Amino acid sequence: MKQSKKTPIALAILTFLTALIVPAVAGDDIEIQIATKTDLFPIPNLLFPAQGFVIFLAVVMVAIAVWSFYLTLSKNQKTPLLATVFFGIAFVSSVLVWLFAGATMTITTLLAGSLALAVPLIFGSMSGALSERVGIINIAIEGQLLAGAFTSAVVASITDSVILGIIAAMLAGVLVASLLAVFSIKYLVDQIITGVVVNVLIIGLTSFLFSTLLADNITVLNQPPRFERISIPVLGQIPILGPVLFNQTLIVYLMYVAVIAVFLALFKTKWGLRVRSVGEYPKASDTVGIKVFRTRYMSVMIGGAFAGLGGSFFTLGQVGAFGKEMTNGAGYIALAALIFGRWNPIYAAMAALLFGFAQNLQYAVQIVGSPLPSEFLLMLPYVLTVIAVAGLVGKVRGPAAAGKPYIKS
Amino acid sequence: MNQQRLIREIFSGNAVIPIFAVLASFVFGGILIAFANEDVQEASGYFFARPMDTVTAVLNSVFGAYDALFRGSIFNYQAATPQAMIKPITETLAFATPITLAGLGLAVGFRSGLFNIGGQGQIIFGAMFAGYVGLSFEAPFLIHMPMAVIAGLIGGALWGGLVGLLKATTGANEVVVTIMFNYIALLLLTYLLKTPVFQAPNQVNPISSPVAESSRLPAILGDGFRLHFGLIIMLAMVFVVWWLLYRSSIGFQFRALGFNPNAARTAGVNIPLTYVLVMAVSGSLAGLAGASQVLGADKQLTVGISATFGIDAITVALLGRNNPFGVLAAGILFGGLRSGAVLMQANQGVPVDIVLVVQSTIVLFIAAPPLVRALFRLPKPKAVQA
Repeated sequence: MKQSKKTPIALAILTFLTALIVPAVAGDDIEIQIATKTDLFPIPNLLFPAQGFVIFLAVVMVAIAVWSFYLTLSKNQKTPLLATVFFGIAFVSSVLVWLFAGATMTITTLLAGSLALAVPLIFGSMSGALSERVGIINIAIEGQLLAGAFTSAVVASITDSVILGIIAAMLAGVLVASLLAVFSIKYLVDQIITGVVVNVLIIGLTSFLFSTLLADNITVLNQPPRFERISIPVLGQIPILGPVLFNQTLIVYLMYVAVIAVFLALFKTKWGLRVRSVGEYPKASDTVGIKVFRTRYMSVMIGGAFAGLGGSFFTLGQVGAFGKEMTNGAGYIALAALIFGRWNPIYAAMAALLFGFAQNLQYAVQIVGSPLPSEFLLMLPYVLTVIAVAGLVGKVRGPAAAGKPYIKS
Repeated sequence: MNQQRLIREIFSGNAVIPIFAVLASFVFGGILIAFANEDVQEASGYFFARPMDTVTAVLNSVFGAYDALFRGSIFNYQAATPQAMIKPITETLAFATPITLAGLGLAVGFRSGLFNIGGQGQIIFGAMFAGYVGLSFEAPFLIHMPMAVIAGLIGGALWGGLVGLLKATTGANEVVVTIMFNYIALLLLTYLLKTPVFQAPNQVNPISSPVAESSRLPAILGDGFRLHFGLIIMLAMVFVVWWLLYRSSIGFQFRALGFNPNAARTAGVNIPLTYVLVMAVSGSLAGLAGASQVLGADKQLTVGISATFGIDAITVALLGRNNPFGVLAAGILFGGLRSGAVLMQANQGVPVDIVLVVQSTIVLFIAAPPLVRALFRLPKPKAVQA
């Protein structure tokens, strides 16, 4: 079989883009700050000539692209994933250098901000993974996040407890998920329609309750306590990684656990095998005695709990109060991350991190004054997802039975 | 006996489902309104002492709200002048215009088996193209206005057709692509509104100058009303879509694709081409909605040009069962909700967001007839019973 030429062509296009950047790099040097005050040992700031650095990266990219063409055309081999990853890093770095040329780039701030923005996306994509792997398309992630954000704000304000807040958020997520599940499993309504409509319903409900109840009683109902930062000893002092990963709030640590738990549950347990088989071929699963409906309800609703938890990050983790439509499309980006991550929890989490990074870059470059309009950075997740579903980077295929209701005969 | 059977036929048929769905949703909306009402909350505090107070408060709040909804959307019998009395129904039609146009577009997609969730983005592209023609030059009205409208149509058709092209060539799922395209379109519009392409001179806000007088859709009831020529376009499109779907051979191919793609392929329908065509037609109708907004309603390009019409259009298409005349009826109903909600908020303090709740519950109920039957204890249709 002939290897697809899509990968080398994609690499060539990106290399070409970087070549375009080279003359545009303004400013002499780029200063990269790696260290923070809490590090175990000090690291000096790095100083590179900006244009030279981009040229170096472009050369690396040309080399990888040429190698990829060689492998595909003459050897009929796949381009190794590692090479693609290196290429990606080089590409992102060259864009970063272009954006930050003549200024100081603080790595930890950049990464910590990205992680923060990615947290709800990751929880959302876990919900998507659990739901779509069992064969229910989950457009309702947005609604689950929003319901979680609303409920956690109200409950945490009333009880003055963050823990009760996130438990309530999980329940709210489960409730929204069960709405999706009941309509698509019991009433056989198209899953996409159900998802879209459930989102509208939740936006309407939360906005309505916000305007009528919350707005007049802000101190009682919409002033929740916030997550406190917990620094893990030693781990939190590792340069770069420490402050970014291990000096975080409870919900971020829960997020690490969630990703690993969902991955293990789906791919290493009997239950996960059942979930995936129901999502691929429900009839066969039914024949061997797997309870298709129960598995679908379970998986979708557990997913809802994760998304609800993610929703609480908006209120208890970031803003500290609920606002109308505050999730602002994060559910759809989470869905995008899931697809870009090929329905795999780990890859989806990495895609969400990438999307969080793109969003955060927008804020970072606003401070230094950027040559690239922020709208284009914000567009990145959507464009990448379109590229992914169009199959330009490898084959993307979702669970086979996703979107199809199962009718037991 | 005979009469009983007739009643049974009526209530088990599909025709009554929409009516009961709307009814159930209004009841649900009423519960929410009562729940959030301050008088009700106060009276329920001493419910066991004087239960009738609570009942009165509930009835007052719900009927007050729905009375305002009626006065804001159909006929304001409290208004001072005859003109003000009929103004609400014209407002309803003004809201119905873009919702129905985009709804028709999505209905064409749904009928052909393509889930076009991208109404929002296609409206934006239509508005950008129409706005560009309207902003960049002056020309005689009879040339300029049609040009701008057609530009809007083309804009929507391109943005929609691109999705069809991606689906036809790479198999990309249209739901995912259209959702992503909505955001891309919005960000592109936001960006362009900050550049000299669209931004009005001496403006810091992302907002354009008013479009040229000669490109505007004229008001059809004078300046006192918001109703404009877009309504006529919308009504014409209802017939055009009906003709296209049910009387033309291309529409037959569209429906064949929606009914069974494999059979359609066997019958000689060019599937990839039809994907592109369906999405282009679907997008062009949404593009017309955008043109109608920028040339008729807002008269300038803003970030919020598409409002939530693209989302409303999904619910309208579903409520109208993807039939052009059904879409028109659903569009007027939701237009009425939108317009009535304005007065309901001003007069009764009920937030406009209640419309979203009512709208979405209507669609959920419509989509699940067994649920509506169970709620109202309607008889099951014969086929299922047997």
